[in-house]
Amino acid sequence: MSLTADEVKKIAYLARLGIDETDIDAYASDLSNMLDLMTQMGETNTDTVQPMAHPMDQMQRLRPDVATESNQREHFQAIAPQVEAGLYLVPKVLD
Amino acid sequence: MYNKTITELAKDLRAKEYSSVELTQAYLDRIKKHQDLNCFITVAEDYALEQAKAADVQLASADAGLLTGIPIAQKDIFCTQGIKTTCGSKMLDNFTAPYNATVIEKFNSAGAVMLGKLNMDEFAMGSSNETSFYGAVQNPWSSNTVPGGSSGGSAAAVAARLSPAVTGTDTGGSIRQPASLCGITGLKPTYGRVSRFGMIAFASSLDQGGPMARSAEDAAILMQTMAGFDSKDSTSVDRAVPNYSAGLNNSLEGLKIGLPKEFFDEGLNSDIAAAVEAAVNEYKKLGAEVKEVSLPNMKLAIPAYYVIASAECSANLSRYDGVRFGYRCDDPADLNDLYIRSRGEAFGAEVKRRILMGTYALSAGYYDAYYIKAQKVRRLISEDFTKALSEVDVLMGPVSPTTAFGIGEKTNDPIEMYLADIYTIAINLAGLPAMSLPAGFVDSKPVGLQIIGNYFTEDRLLNIAHQFQQVTDWHQQTPKGFE
Repeated sequence: MSLTADEVKKIAYLARLGIDETDIDAYASDLSNMLDLMTQMGETNTDTVQPMAHPMDQMQRLRPDVATESNQREHFQAIAPQVEAGLYLVPKVLD
Repeated sequence: MYNKTITELAKDLRAKEYSSVELTQAYLDRIKKHQDLNCFITVAEDYALEQAKAADVQLASADAGLLTGIPIAQKDIFCTQGIKTTCGSKMLDNFTAPYNATVIEKFNSAGAVMLGKLNMDEFAMGSSNETSFYGAVQNPWSSNTVPGGSSGGSAAAVAARLSPAVTGTDTGGSIRQPASLCGITGLKPTYGRVSRFGMIAFASSLDQGGPMARSAEDAAILMQTMAGFDSKDSTSVDRAVPNYSAGLNNSLEGLKIGLPKEFFDEGLNSDIAAAVEAAVNEYKKLGAEVKEVSLPNMKLAIPAYYVIASAECSANLSRYDGVRFGYRCDDPADLNDLYIRSRGEAFGAEVKRRILMGTYALSAGYYDAYYIKAQKVRRLISEDFTKALSEVDVLMGPVSPTTAFGIGEKTNDPIEMYLADIYTIAINLAGLPAMSLPAGFVDSKPVGLQIIGNYFTEDRLLNIAHQFQQVTDWHQQTPKGFE
């Protein structure tokens, strides 16, 4: 299994991850090697096996639907790169 | 004082041999003296001395606990309010968490003193500590070799006596492999035993925090503080915490040890195999019975792990978007540019590789072939362990196929690096507890013995490790220059 440079660019875009043009071939090669490793799993039949998401098959715990956290907006926004009037600022999305 | 156990230090503090402030200052001085090792990302000098001062007051008032006034250090993956938390990444170089991890809160409540935050592979992705934004860590046993990873700073700090004990986290071997390479004792608890709240997420179904110390006796003390249910962690297991020190001296007469034959295949260095066999022979002298067992799906652990861990990492690391905290690129042209450049400029190569891999494995058309397939294989691996552990009490084997390798030796070949965790990864997939303890040397470099137990048998594992440490002195060996 091997990935092309174009496929790597597409995956990088899906992940919104900037990668240098000069590194793309190296990523394509590394990821292809990883995929080769992963295809080893195909040799084992798992048709009747249930996927395992939690080591103890624990169910998600539920709790009463009541507010337990206080509003800490200012505290949390103190570490944000750009904030104004209690809002996180990002570049303009709509013209 | 640097070679004393936590119990001995606690006794000295009560006998007023020295105060916690003096003890803390002595360790801070030692950290400075050995800063070339690069164990610490942040040394929290003022913070530690403040905590030590408070501990001295508490020690005088008699309601102090065993950890009151004892210096420890934290892997820089645990969020600490007021002290920078980087996770070894440029992404979080400017990040000071607005709250404490539950593990940090627990150590604070116990009166422990935090010396600082320890170096680690970026977002815990690595087996050599070389992916850290803050540079490689030297192994105290041989300065041109790696300490292992991802808890490399943690292991090296304990080996060099820069802290009596520390914390680590283990997603695929990140406590056990560095413990092995640095000649210290590490415990990866059962998944769900130690709270993950405030422990920066890498692969949420595999991550687990645990203690790293010089001995099982000290590890038990830390484990007592770390373990327990936490309503803030949705996968925390609500189950009573035993007394981890109470059974340390129990006899091992009749203990049934299983040796998985897949752990001793051709990939294992023969000198390491000999050290592991010698350790197993010590256990026979202590009354244990040994038999061969099999984990037939072991060979699938690495492929399954790298699908699951990469998939979960790509989801977890999507939170780093340059908007709410962490690194943000200069002058973004639009929202996409903000995301793409912030992430592109602040993540290192290994983290990018895993995000790409995980994104691919989770993308439309590939999800069943990779992620679901890996989850199914995970169950097969887990069932192998269940079967083996129904025949014996514990499994034993090597931790790592080699001793500490050279800095730079494996950085150009990611797959080669992944194979460093071949004996540890399957345990995380199954969610079982396991330990690494010093079991000898090959070419003057430490070798670790791995002990794997059934779910929630950390107390038994610590007992088994402690009994070994009563009849051997591998764990008391000190690297040259750090006596």
